[in-house]
Amino acid sequence: MTTETLYALVGVGLFILGLYALFVRANLLRKILAANVMSSGVFLVLVALARRTGTVAPDPVPHAMVITGIVVAVSVTAFALILMLRIAMKTGQTELPDTWSE
Amino acid sequence: MDTLNLAQWVFDSLTGTGLLWLAWMALASPQLIRAIVIFVAFGLLMALTWVRLDAVDIALAEVAIGAGLTGALLLAALAKLTAAQTEISKSDHRPRDGRAVRALRQLPAVLMFLVAAGLVYSVLSLPPVSSGLSVEVDANLGTSGVENPVTAVLLNFRGYDTLLEIFVLLLALLGVWSLGGLPPQRVAPAGPVLHTLAVVLTPVLILLAAYFLWAGVKGPGGAFQAGATLGAAGVLLQLAGWRPGPGFARVHWRLILVAGPALFILVALFTIVAGRHLLEYAPEHAGTLILLLESGATLSIGLTLAGLFFGERPDDGYDNDN
Repeated sequence: MTTETLYALVGVGLFILGLYALFVRANLLRKILAANVMSSGVFLVLVALARRTGTVAPDPVPHAMVITGIVVAVSVTAFALILMLRIAMKTGQTELPDTWSE
Repeated sequence: MDTLNLAQWVFDSLTGTGLLWLAWMALASPQLIRAIVIFVAFGLLMALTWVRLDAVDIALAEVAIGAGLTGALLLAALAKLTAAQTEISKSDHRPRDGRAVRALRQLPAVLMFLVAAGLVYSVLSLPPVSSGLSVEVDANLGTSGVENPVTAVLLNFRGYDTLLEIFVLLLALLGVWSLGGLPPQRVAPAGPVLHTLAVVLTPVLILLAAYFLWAGVKGPGGAFQAGATLGAAGVLLQLAGWRPGPGFARVHWRLILVAGPALFILVALFTIVAGRHLLEYAPEHAGTLILLLESGATLSIGLTLAGLFFGERPDDGYDNDN
């Protein structure tokens, strides 16, 4: 297995871990963490596959996309955290109401 | 393409396993504070991975933004939750009765397995060598005005991506401000260590930001890394108890926030009026224009990131005349 494949598969693993946690965890802060782990996984797949050029220099276009992605991820995280804090102020809860337990 | 020799194989396996393990711990550990600290460690290991994958530009951005600033934001949010004495749900799994519900609980795991199988298959079925767009980038690097291919892609070849991204950042800050009005934080006076650290590190961080900005022309660095470093200086100052004065908060802060996006729009209009495509620079002016755009973007990104950490509108707490 090549380095590229190995890290791309780790990226897939991170994405799946994050997606699973996003589904099953109730706490909103945990969901925000999960979304961040998912995005790290996507970035890792992109950058690992960018090394398949056959030369020493990797493809710079995915690298630029990932840098853009990291900045967008932090913007989304900051906004999501404020939304979570507003929900917590209003309801006293850090999770969304459970609609199917009643 | 390199097949792995033993030392590389050991390093890559350890890094890969470490990443997955830290991610799992961050998502599964029962205490949120622990989860966040592990997440920061995960970000640092990601940065190491970027260096391993020849992506030093990304490693710099990850250390400053992914691990540093995101970690600071998460910890600050957790502190506000604790201060507001909200009931932080202790258990993430809520027990549910009923066989049907219990069976439904297995559904996400099954779904994840299917998604994982599909993704692994896609990755393995990709061709082992693919030059992507690197040939085109190499061929045009000479006319881009910079020598670092990543900077050339960000600011020249795909400049409109960066234009839109700067607006995403501004939009996030406007969103945070419009949802603001959280109870004011009690600011503990900075201890001597934190105070000294802020006094010593802030000028160093500003100098480092200028260096990243300049270095991005030739090697790893650029507006995002420089802006993130400035943002870190802003976070440090806020932690040490510094607050912007009313005049700065009301006028200067906002002017600097829009300076980067405004410069981008002006340059974009300028290129269109000159009869070119949007953000298509004349090769002889490309270097100067990119440095101009990056300088504005650095200041705006730095203050936006610091503002995201600040949370409330900077002039809240002063007497508003409206």
